[in-house]
Amino acid sequence: MSVPLIMFLIFIGITLAITYWASKRSSGSSAYFAAGRQIRSWQNGVAVAGDYMSAASFLGIAGIIAFQGYDGFMFSVGWLVAYLTVLLVIAEPLRNAGKYTMADVLAYRLKPRPVRAMAALSTLTVSTFYMIAQMVGAGALVALLLKGSGISYTTAVIGVGILMIVYVVFGGMLATTWVQIIKAILLMAGTVLLSILVMSHFHFSFAAFFDAIGHVTYHDKGQEVVKDFLQPGLRYKPPYGPLELISLGLALIFGTAGLPHILVRFYTVPDAKTARHSVVWAMALIGSFYIMTTFLGFGAATIVGRDFIGAHGGTNMSAPLLAQALAGDIFFAFICAIAFATILAVVAGLTISATTSFAHDFWTNVIYNGVERKPGEEVRVARLSAFVVGAVAITIAILLGPTANVAFLVALAFAVAASANLPVIVLSIFWRRFNTAGAVAGLGVGLIASIGLILVSPSLMAIDPPTVTGTARHLIQAKAWFPLENPGIVSIPLGFLGAILGTLLSHEPSSTHKFNELLVRSNTGLGAEKASPSH
Amino acid sequence: MAAKKIFIVPAFVFFLIYYFLLPLLVGYAPQFMSIKVWGNVNLAYLFALSQFFMAWTIAGLYVRASDNFDEISKDIVEKALTHENAKGSK
Repeated sequence: MSVPLIMFLIFIGITLAITYWASKRSSGSSAYFAAGRQIRSWQNGVAVAGDYMSAASFLGIAGIIAFQGYDGFMFSVGWLVAYLTVLLVIAEPLRNAGKYTMADVLAYRLKPRPVRAMAALSTLTVSTFYMIAQMVGAGALVALLLKGSGISYTTAVIGVGILMIVYVVFGGMLATTWVQIIKAILLMAGTVLLSILVMSHFHFSFAAFFDAIGHVTYHDKGQEVVKDFLQPGLRYKPPYGPLELISLGLALIFGTAGLPHILVRFYTVPDAKTARHSVVWAMALIGSFYIMTTFLGFGAATIVGRDFIGAHGGTNMSAPLLAQALAGDIFFAFICAIAFATILAVVAGLTISATTSFAHDFWTNVIYNGVERKPGEEVRVARLSAFVVGAVAITIAILLGPTANVAFLVALAFAVAASANLPVIVLSIFWRRFNTAGAVAGLGVGLIASIGLILVSPSLMAIDPPTVTGTARHLIQAKAWFPLENPGIVSIPLGFLGAILGTLLSHEPSSTHKFNELLVRSNTGLGAEKASPSH
Repeated sequence: MAAKKIFIVPAFVFFLIYYFLLPLLVGYAPQFMSIKVWGNVNLAYLFALSQFFMAWTIAGLYVRASDNFDEISKDIVEKALTHENAKGSK
């Protein structure tokens, strides 16, 4: 048995033990969906970090920096700074005014059924797209890391899928939270170690490190190239590069505060003050992590090199290969196990946010008008829907295959969150006149605009050379109609416009009346546990 | 609640401007951002790094200020509740 496999199994064993412990403790809706609201601020902060820092951050960013230098670091900056929107605008009102999902906040002052139906649709869209991206990544990664163990892509995808279903079905939010906490601690430990090793390679001289970044040598189409990797513009080239950067920034800054799996975390703490403090904990961890992507990414560029990484698994293998180059096979295995833990924690978080939204918003409140027919029904529906969500994600990931071009799915998740979810949350908290028609229009326009623009973007429309085959090919073989990969710069204003026009073109006096109640509640938390007025 | 807005609105506007200056400058003034400040370290990297400290500083200031908001809103809630109780006992 190979060393990486043993480390994977140890991590799986620990998380299953936690799930068993959580399943003994959790009973009732509040325990299942919100960990009984007993999570402390540091725990929630670490869990938010564990929920957020996906394989895209750990493997993806290290890879982009290793291959395209400075431009990759722009992702790191945006991913942290975005938490100011969460802290200043979203976290406290959300915790005070809601119960389990972001739709609770909307349903409080608007007509519950239409807004919940739309919010559930948007939540399921974001979670499913994000999850498929993670599953394809996980399958490819595990198959590559455990090459010697005979585990194929399909087995790996099914394994990851079953584990996430087990965590969510049996352990609920409590188990998910602890899986995320352990993963965040492991990820930070691995990153700190890797950073120290990189610096020791340069004899702890920052001057020598940055000097090496100034002369990165690699081969491009047979030609030897020497580039300064601190120079911007290696990824985002004219004419559309600058616009792409701004559009990406918008999607990150406004999208993070609309990601359903991050938002549900704020319902696990007792009050708004704890929610606020947990954001600060999360920012401390997330910020330190993304600063260290400097060492991971540029370290891989200078010590391992593009040529070697390209020949040994591609961009996503940058961080593990750096570990191998610096400290050998055992450390390589450790970093691989961390990458695996990272994926599991994120898919578990996505699954629970999808199932919560389906059971609480769609099943109980849209279909049955806010009445649980039998006690415990909501939790039962959530558990069943975890199986469905898991099965769908496993099937699609297997159909797409390991080489599928899925990077756009993460961009899509952020774009939908920023263009559909964020405008309606913000307007319902801050705009007195806002009403049901506005919320439905905002969610609908945001959703359609981001999906539509991505469909006609270079991510899905391009002409591939005949050497590219199967699902790695672009979906539509034609020149892209929309020039940017990130639709945020157009779709976010459209989402706001839809919400504002929808409101102004309709009349609904009760929403204005309820605004005052929501204002008091979102600032004080009075009556938050009985969030929905239809209860 | 006005007290809360006095902090949040300027902090939010400042952070948006500070953050979007980075992609604007990197995108439209790459020559300027390539000026080397220390060894091979250029303006682009330093400005990106400064974003982390900007975010931490605003977060720290906000948490300090918001403890005051909590006190104020607790006061209001308590006053409202005593008022209601007083009405009820009459």
